[in-house]
Amino acid sequence: MSAQAPTHTNEHSHPGPNEYIKIAAVLGAITVVEVAIYYIPALRPVIMPLLIVLSATKFAMVAGFYMHLKFDHRIFTSMFVVGLVAAAFMIVAFIVLFHFLRAPLA
Amino acid sequence: MEHTAVLPAEAHETTTGLNHRKVLMWAFLGSDCMLFGSLIGTYLVYRGRYLAGPKPTDVFDIPYTSVSALALLMSSLAMVLALAAIQRGDIRRLKIWLLCVAGLGLVFIGGQVYEFTSFGEEGLNLAVSTFGTTFFVLTGFHGTHVTFGIVWLLMIWIMAKRGQMTQARSLDVEIAGLYWHFVDIVWIIIFTVVYLIPV
Repeated sequence: MSAQAPTHTNEHSHPGPNEYIKIAAVLGAITVVEVAIYYIPALRPVIMPLLIVLSATKFAMVAGFYMHLKFDHRIFTSMFVVGLVAAAFMIVAFIVLFHFLRAPLA
Repeated sequence: MEHTAVLPAEAHETTTGLNHRKVLMWAFLGSDCMLFGSLIGTYLVYRGRYLAGPKPTDVFDIPYTSVSALALLMSSLAMVLALAAIQRGDIRRLKIWLLCVAGLGLVFIGGQVYEFTSFGEEGLNLAVSTFGTTFFVLTGFHGTHVTFGIVWLLMIWIMAKRGQMTQARSLDVEIAGLYWHFVDIVWIIIFTVVYLIPV
């Protein structure tokens, strides 16, 4: 690892430690809610959309605030989103192929 | 009128104005998304299709795994505080927070080792069913990422201990932090898809 420029030209100011701690508290609270939802039988019919929304919120908060995508140059977001979209496409393609089109599984 | 491109003194001179190492890390993370996407997709295709061996509901201990997930989530807080510390030039706090991150990472890995061992005792292994295969490959691959991250952070801690880390080298911590946060967000998805969403 060599000494290099610590940042790039289009960076905005990042949150401070207090903001990071508040974000962690929200992330922890969402995790507790996720686990609670798992144990509530009445929520079984809607458990999948609920958990997907909550985990997507956690994902966006970590990527946006802790990985600084919200404040960094947009090219970093683009590079990450391209990978995410390709991954999502692959998952959907697998499910369509093997669940809905019923391709034979090994 | 003459225009002159002005770059801040600390800026790395590249065609984009962006640091190449940081661009490289984001390119790697984007490609790693596809790798984990394929593993998660394969798990989803095979979940619920097992002829032998225990089912997920037979072996999963949700409260136990939730604590592991929280430990990894809080390690991300420690990581970002380590970065904030070196950006302020506070090397003492950098070392403390790096140790916290590595410690929480070890808690997660220890939990995973215990979980894998107990699953093995209950009859779930790589070969017994497609659920076993896809589960161990997915979570084991993630665990390997976490282990590599711990080693990386401990190397930075050793460098800081030797006085080799200064405020000018905060990008080293930032890049390691990006990798660490990535393994955290991958676990956010795995925890939901594998453990919480019922088959």
